[in-house]
Amino acid sequence: MLAYLLRRVAGFVPLLLGITLISFLVIHMAPGSPVELMTDMNPEAGPEIRQRLEERYGLDQPYHVQYWMWLKRIATGDFGRSLSSDARPVIDKIKEALPVTLLLNVLSLFLVISLAIPIGIYSATHPYTPADRATTVFVFLGFAMPTFWLALLCMLLFGVVLGWLPISGLKSLDYETLSWSGKLADRAAHLLMPVTISAITSLAGLSRYMRSSMLEVVRQDYITTARAKGLSERAVIYGHAARNALLPVITILGLSIPGLIGGSVIFETIFAIPGMGRLFYTSVLMRDYPTVMGILVIGAVLTLLGNLLADVMYTVADPRLRKR
Amino acid sequence: MSTWQRLRSNRLALSGGIVVALLAFVALFAPWLAPYDPGEFNAAEVLQGLSRQHPLGTDGIGRDVLSRMIYGSRISLLVGFVSVGIASFIGVTLGALAGYFRGIVDTVIMRFVDVMLTFPTFFLILAVIAYLDATIWNIMVVIGVTSWMGVCRLVRAELLSLREREFMIAAEGLGMSPLRVILRHGLPNAMAPVFVAFILGVAGAILTESALSFLGIGVQPPTPSWGNILTEGKDTLEVAWWLSVCPGLAILITVLGYNLLGEGLRDVLDPRLKSR
Repeated sequence: MLAYLLRRVAGFVPLLLGITLISFLVIHMAPGSPVELMTDMNPEAGPEIRQRLEERYGLDQPYHVQYWMWLKRIATGDFGRSLSSDARPVIDKIKEALPVTLLLNVLSLFLVISLAIPIGIYSATHPYTPADRATTVFVFLGFAMPTFWLALLCMLLFGVVLGWLPISGLKSLDYETLSWSGKLADRAAHLLMPVTISAITSLAGLSRYMRSSMLEVVRQDYITTARAKGLSERAVIYGHAARNALLPVITILGLSIPGLIGGSVIFETIFAIPGMGRLFYTSVLMRDYPTVMGILVIGAVLTLLGNLLADVMYTVADPRLRKR
Repeated sequence: MSTWQRLRSNRLALSGGIVVALLAFVALFAPWLAPYDPGEFNAAEVLQGLSRQHPLGTDGIGRDVLSRMIYGSRISLLVGFVSVGIASFIGVTLGALAGYFRGIVDTVIMRFVDVMLTFPTFFLILAVIAYLDATIWNIMVVIGVTSWMGVCRLVRAELLSLREREFMIAAEGLGMSPLRVILRHGLPNAMAPVFVAFILGVAGAILTESALSFLGIGVQPPTPSWGNILTEGKDTLEVAWWLSVCPGLAILITVLGYNLLGEGLRDVLDPRLKSR
């Protein structure tokens, strides 16, 4: 199993090169340089100052030299300094924002897994009952839902009209004065809406996959065998069927990670959460090249790690893989 | 049963088809259906609620919301179809090349697919759109070039199995050029899953455009798209809910319609692939 995982990690190297190359190209093919953006509003910035700025950021070098320089630096974790007014190292900005986004996505994934799998198993073992049909309706609505719109309506209902939940940020203004249980409750109240709403699309998808995967598995001969040897229905479904039905679901889960990270732009903007998504959005608007490139790379690396995690889960669920 | 009969007997797919057809009708005949000019504003009728004159009310500068929604359907469908058209073209071309030639061509193309699948696509779209101007054409191209990977994999898998079949080998044996074999014998037999992916893709592209509009970098006002009507209504949500609720519902129903039709077509066209 270790050898298998090492092979997987080795396979990441060309992927990482591709990721960095595309991130670099995307940013540098775009018209409008950050130097122009910095000097446009300043009538005193003549060509001399522009040139000095370009030299300072290495923007006067040919592209392949810039790429190579950038690649060497990011290999050591140095993503350069942000071009925004605070001029802080990009890696520091990402370090601040990343845990927030990870927390949101891990909670949301946890919610998805703990709900989607039981729902999928239930609808597969009770096909065409009212409950199964209700989940089908939910699944299609979940797939079609513009989630930012749902978030907006929920903010209006729970935040403004009913006043039950806070609608922005991660903590209240008086957070520091609260007791530890008060702090916990405050955090939970702030996270409830963003986490639940960002889970909806994946929840719909995953419960559907679990259902069809289960329906596929329960038709297999070994399920009939398990029943024939007198195992309880519970043991048949959870011990034999569900475990095998999980395998394709794990793959789908791994594939859904880029979507979750991408979706964080929307949720963090709506709920004013200081995570990677919002940082990316503001950096993009300010043409803050180093930060944008840094987040593109880190986002893709997170996806790779997510896929690796899915591989590990796969080997845990499927003993055949461990022997390879 | 014929394909058509099987599609008709699938109630969900049928209702999806009706939604899709109705929308196409609305978009096509927008100038005749809309009661007002979508750009015409009337300072005396700002943020009016639902009424006989304005069935869906008016917006912040007194434009008729129903008329804007009707014209907006054109933009949303245009974005959906053109961007998925671009994605399908790229995906079919690369997928056919990879599946037919195998070897190094296949390896290079599939590694490229892997890299593209590793990016949080929405980040990539956002980065490019914000640099280029957010014109409708740029948006369609960017959504297209970031969403072709699924189709590419589908077509590759189809061609990998098709190229072992007798009629393909015979075509090669008769001395047909690879291009001709792919176009005449390969792709026509691989189109069913592409068609399903196309219909499902339209739904996805409409959602993506609306999300971009929500961030202020989608189709730019005053051109009405459902996404930007919704976004313009966001700030007045508490006093004029119809401004955000109507376009949101329109997006929901449209995407639902395309998804239902797509899933239904999948069941009908390809019994091997079971519905999700």
